[in-house]
Amino acid sequence: MASPKNTAAFTTYGDHEVIVPKNKLRKVVSNRQLEPGEDDPIARAEKALADLSGEFASWMDSECERLDKARHLVSVAGFTSANKEALFHAAHDIKGEAATFGFPAMASAADSLCRLIEHTPDPTRIPIKLVDQHVDAARAIYREYDRSDAVALANQLTKRLREVTDEFLIHENRGRPDVIEQIMGPSIVPEG
Amino acid sequence: MVRIDFNRLRFLVIDDNAHMRRILRTLLHGFGAREVHEAEDGAAGLEAFTHYVPDVVITDWAMPIFDGLELTQMIRQPGANANPYVAIIMLTGHSEKKRVTAARDAGVTEFLAKPISAKGLYQRIVNVIANPRPFIKTKTYFGPDRRRNVNPNYVGPERRKGGKADVIKQSPLLEKVRTSG
Repeated sequence: MASPKNTAAFTTYGDHEVIVPKNKLRKVVSNRQLEPGEDDPIARAEKALADLSGEFASWMDSECERLDKARHLVSVAGFTSANKEALFHAAHDIKGEAATFGFPAMASAADSLCRLIEHTPDPTRIPIKLVDQHVDAARAIYREYDRSDAVALANQLTKRLREVTDEFLIHENRGRPDVIEQIMGPSIVPEG
Repeated sequence: MVRIDFNRLRFLVIDDNAHMRRILRTLLHGFGAREVHEAEDGAAGLEAFTHYVPDVVITDWAMPIFDGLELTQMIRQPGANANPYVAIIMLTGHSEKKRVTAARDAGVTEFLAKPISAKGLYQRIVNVIANPRPFIKTKTYFGPDRRRNVNPNYVGPERRKGGKADVIKQSPLLEKVRTSG
């Protein structure tokens, strides 16, 4: 196994070291201009993704089934650690995939469910009815996505779900202003 | 325009969601990459990292066995593996400030929030390859320099002790390429 000491320059200061690793990838960088007729790599990747998009609806269908199964386990056996993890994970994946798969209006419902699970200090206090409403909303949005008013309806539905969820979270985290600030704070991640 | 020869890079994609692995593989091949390895959880990811010695690791956060954060901490162990300096891009649906800070403090090189886009992924890869940051090692941290910028107007105390920490000259490859072209 190679020692990193052999591949980096070390400069030692009072309480820290600055290490400049040998840049073995220098050779792959250039400022070569695109040749005439040569595809832009980003456009090429977008086209490859578009070619794959025929599969996205069935992928989202299987994600919805997974979410429904996770919800069923919670309904039957409650918020055990494993059930909570499975439900959160299923919702979290839908949140991340919704826009890529062509169903961006599903992301908010999934995100609201993630927040409900993640930020409730005692998950056994989460009303199953509120979980059901989130899961049913996500599945209905997917099922009715071809409707011309689907996005508007989805936005209305998820806005209300989010309001109810936030109200519940604020109540459950009363006395924890730092948590409430974190829950209600905006994301700091840049887009795209 | 800075360009990367993707076909000379080795990628490792770690995500428990098969759909997302397929998306990432498709995008990377679209960029021109030939060598894309996959793993479906943190443990398999660490094994694949040791076996394939990738140039770039793209990992999800939430995964079974151990997650992307723990995987990053295991990779960022000086002397423990062949390349603790490897570029790590964390691709995740988490985007809260607390999460981004935790990823940064674990030693992640770049953070990319879902939904994924070809442009966003391409930019992160170009940045980690063309403009690598020096690494900092302290008692509590080993990873890419968390100071991405030097603020000339900063007037607070210098938290790094021992002199020149605030004036370390980097040699960004991106600049070299721009000036040499």
